[in-house]
Amino acid sequence: MRHNLILSCEKSKLAELRGFLNGVLDKSQLSDIAKNQVVLAVDEVCSNLMIHSHHCNPDDKIFLEVFQTDNKLIIEIKDSGEGFNMLEYEQPELAEVKRKRRKGGLGIMLVKKIMDHIEFESSGNQNTCRLTKMLNSK
Amino acid sequence: MLQIDKIQENDHTILILSGEVDASNSVDLDNALQAIMEPNKKILLDGSKLQYISSAGLGVFMSYLEEFEAQTIKFVIFGLNQKVYNVFHILGLDQLITIQTTKEKALQEFYEA
Repeated sequence: MRHNLILSCEKSKLAELRGFLNGVLDKSQLSDIAKNQVVLAVDEVCSNLMIHSHHCNPDDKIFLEVFQTDNKLIIEIKDSGEGFNMLEYEQPELAEVKRKRRKGGLGIMLVKKIMDHIEFESSGNQNTCRLTKMLNSK
Repeated sequence: MLQIDKIQENDHTILILSGEVDASNSVDLDNALQAIMEPNKKILLDGSKLQYISSAGLGVFMSYLEEFEAQTIKFVIFGLNQKVYNVFHILGLDQLITIQTTKEKALQEFYEA
């Protein structure tokens, strides 16, 4: 079964996103901690898109699709416009984050640690970030 | 929804976080911490009613760690539920921030050190 959500690029919508994901993941076999991690990873990707790619413009939308195939939970996050490929983002060291008193950069670290697989595709104006979590892992 | 309450108790200040910290409200956490920063202060953060935290909230704590050291401020978090503690643990922040299970243990960090 596929579950879809259309999200306005407003940070106030992140709670709604988490509510949607918690509802979908309730039926999965993930532990509560793993569910929270997946919700967090998607929250981080969407927050990044809202803030960095869409400058929190509520007219811009993010399209989310969640489905299971074999033993994988897949979350596809689509948007249009200037793409943000976190795999190309140079990840800071934790010590550097602390030393420079910076607040950013931790979200991408979390996504990379939580998800088993992260893919980016850009086709024309369409960007897709595909997050995969193995259902028998972690 | 995030609610932040402040209690002054003996010579430490307790910030109580209730609800969820994300990119929409982490600035409130930042402002609450900024408002109580003072050299040699003891700050206790009660996270027992915190249901969720994303990197925006973690980033606020990270951005204060150097300042806490510079101003010899003691900062201890306590009462995190397993899900929230796990988020600190994934990034290893539990190695950089003192996190205790209960308020009693958190207070020991201040008064029995």
